[in-house]
Amino acid sequence: MGKIKFCAQLGFALAILLLLQALLIPKYMESTQEGALIGEYYANAGGNDVIFIGDCEVYENFSPITLWNEYGIPSCIRGSPQQTIWQSYYLLEETLRYETPQVVVFNVLSMKYDTPESTGDPTRREAYNRLTLDSMRPSVFKWKAVQASLTADERAQDAQFSYLFPILRFHDRWSKLMAEDFTYWLKKDQVSHNGYLMQTGIKPMTDAHPAPAPAGYQFGSASWDYLNRMERLCRAHGIKLVLIKAPTLYPVWWKEWDAQIRSYAQEKGLLYLNMTESLDEIGIDWNRDTYDAGLHLNVWGAEKAAFWFGRILATQCSLPDRRDDDALCARWAAKTDIYEQQKQTQLASAS
Amino acid sequence: MNLISIRFVIFSAVLLVLYYRISQKWQRIVLLAASFCFYLCAGTESLFFILFTILTTYFCARCIGRNQARLNRFLSGHPALTREDKRCRRDKTRRQNRLLLALCLTANFGLLFFCKACLIQPLHQALSDGRLSFLTLALPLGISFFLFQSAGYVIDVYRGTVPAERNPCKYALFVCYFPQLIQGPISRFSPLSEQLFRGHPFDGKEVSFGLQRMLWGYFKKLVVADRIAPAVAALRQSEYTGAAFGALTLFYAIQIYGDFTGGIDIALGLSQALGIRLPENFRRPFFSKSTAEYWRRWHITLGQWMKDDIFFPVSVSAGVRKLSRISRSHWNGFGKRLPVYAASIVTWLATGIWHGLTPNFVLWGMLNCLVIVVSEELTPLYRRFHSRFALKDKPWYGLFEIIRTFLLMNLIRACDLFPHVGDYWSRVCSLFTGFHLRVFWDGTLMGLGLTGLDYLILAGSAALMLAVSLIQEKTGSVRKLLWRWPAPVRRGLLFLLGLAVLLMGHYGIGYQASSFLYNQF
Repeated sequence: MGKIKFCAQLGFALAILLLLQALLIPKYMESTQEGALIGEYYANAGGNDVIFIGDCEVYENFSPITLWNEYGIPSCIRGSPQQTIWQSYYLLEETLRYETPQVVVFNVLSMKYDTPESTGDPTRREAYNRLTLDSMRPSVFKWKAVQASLTADERAQDAQFSYLFPILRFHDRWSKLMAEDFTYWLKKDQVSHNGYLMQTGIKPMTDAHPAPAPAGYQFGSASWDYLNRMERLCRAHGIKLVLIKAPTLYPVWWKEWDAQIRSYAQEKGLLYLNMTESLDEIGIDWNRDTYDAGLHLNVWGAEKAAFWFGRILATQCSLPDRRDDDALCARWAAKTDIYEQQKQTQLASAS
Repeated sequence: MNLISIRFVIFSAVLLVLYYRISQKWQRIVLLAASFCFYLCAGTESLFFILFTILTTYFCARCIGRNQARLNRFLSGHPALTREDKRCRRDKTRRQNRLLLALCLTANFGLLFFCKACLIQPLHQALSDGRLSFLTLALPLGISFFLFQSAGYVIDVYRGTVPAERNPCKYALFVCYFPQLIQGPISRFSPLSEQLFRGHPFDGKEVSFGLQRMLWGYFKKLVVADRIAPAVAALRQSEYTGAAFGALTLFYAIQIYGDFTGGIDIALGLSQALGIRLPENFRRPFFSKSTAEYWRRWHITLGQWMKDDIFFPVSVSAGVRKLSRISRSHWNGFGKRLPVYAASIVTWLATGIWHGLTPNFVLWGMLNCLVIVVSEELTPLYRRFHSRFALKDKPWYGLFEIIRTFLLMNLIRACDLFPHVGDYWSRVCSLFTGFHLRVFWDGTLMGLGLTGLDYLILAGSAALMLAVSLIQEKTGSVRKLLWRWPAPVRRGLLFLLGLAVLLMGHYGIGYQASSFLYNQF
């Protein structure tokens, strides 16, 4: 009886801790919605023929709804802000636990980062790590991704444990809680459309962004190592790996980088599409199709990019049209409704 | 491995499970392995220092023990020897042992001196310059503590109060038993070894008490000491004088108390959970009514070590005996006390140097000594005063004595913060020349890196620590008191304490990682 009581008290204490953790962690529902993207995959996992993996250039530049409506290709994006290639690799490994897509699309911009420190300011890196890793479900892949992503400062403070128990990181947020934290304490809304984060704003690209040349144009050994691992993993699962450079001009995709990836793709027999070379074909209008002056596409640009890319997927990757599957159709019809509703809502609130 | 890291918590949890799951005869092996593992986490370079101390003190104690045993065998085998012959033999052995002891202590304290003089200073310099070298990184963890403990053991063997330990593994465990490795307490061989070398069955109450004490230690360190640390660092800047310096002495008292006693609580708590009781290092020092009493309550094991191994030997040394003869012949009352004062000066000088080889620590030791000596000299005056006014029994007078001692010790303790003695003196003088209370409401305190919420948490935490200390002063143990309460209430309170540490603790990214202040000594 004593043991039962003790266990009940322990369970009660754990429940309180879990509730507190749920309250204290950032919700990413109203602000910094990018933090919710990785976690939303689990509700959309299964039945996707295409999985996009990469940084903001995938979750802002391709609309899975367009891919479905135009080509009957079910897809999902596992993108997050400044996602590094090691995070992409472990996200891919994790994804394969839930489903085996026919095609994995990887945006190669993150090849330029070879170590967590090389991504810039360590404090910002930690924040970006959180946006990718915090909402991953606990697994060995998450642990490996965390270990690979830690900055020196995080490592010195044993921060890896705080990715498993985020309350250790956000323990002091109790003094900064906002209405959003209570609204989404025990529930979550979907902020994305199969990983696509919609933006309807328009901010034309007026002039060139300053783009200092990198110190060296050679990708680092860690980047190549993870790309090789990604390629082997896809090959082992019979998945076609497609390398892309998304159709935005900034950050600059240097021709030296392009040549290295092109050569690698040729060597491995992979499809590589540098979409910055096909902007006219895609139909990107930099006066209308970007919401932040050329860094990312808005919803119209993302639809154009998805339309162009869907044709390639259908023809060169031989992906079938699934629109004859009633169950899938019903599911995607519901997604399309939500997508269109959000588009109208955003447009209405902007005007 | 820092005592406040998650890694240490996991390490302790795994050790506790393993320790009570294996056979009792293997427990000390597990402890030894865990201790080396703990020490290795500080870097392989550090291992050299502790191995040097273990090996030199082990072999020295063994040689001393063997010499003594050989003498005893010889004397018992030759009963016909004259008293003179026996004395000659004893003197010869004593000379040999003294030489061994001197060599051992010189080698080890030389190493300590080397570390303090050559490693700590460059470390401070390197940190301020933003560069680090191998030499600075090789600063050994807790060297003062394990060195004093092993030196105490060799001295005890020399005196014949403990036998030399034969088993090197057992001795190594005594020196590097990890809970006390970083900041003490400094244990003597007999009481600790007896506990370390025997098995310990699982005792739920002891484990629970130990874990409760650890939790309380984490509260003091993470919620109190580390929260107030930015204000202490800010108030050290030159622009803060007068009342701001007064605030610094108070804040530093809270910080070092929370930090040092917190660390000791973690060490003693973990050890208690392992079934091993380490000596207490603090007995509510801020309730002391005099400086002498304060030093019987603060860092008790260091004070005891200094008393046993420096004060007493110096008191009976040839030089002090000679001084005693001369002083007694010149001054009757003061002459009797002068040798004691001389031994006190040496002891306090050593204590100051133990804390650091900078002038401020020497000054700190001398100031403590001065206050104790002056108090001793003024004792007759106090007696006359109290016989006339009979204030001793009045509660308010007791409170006055406590506050007086607290403020005085705060002032002396602030020496720690200023490596340049001139900076310290100018701050002390500013208390008399520029004491303006407006710093407490003109916003100065809000510009020290602490928010209003921080001050609120600190005030609440300090009140809780005071309440716990008062209960301890009255009843002895809060944990025993809690044990008598219904289990759900007790567990609920402990859960709340744990939540306070979890939610209000200063740890993780965004906070300056702060190691224990006494690690540096």
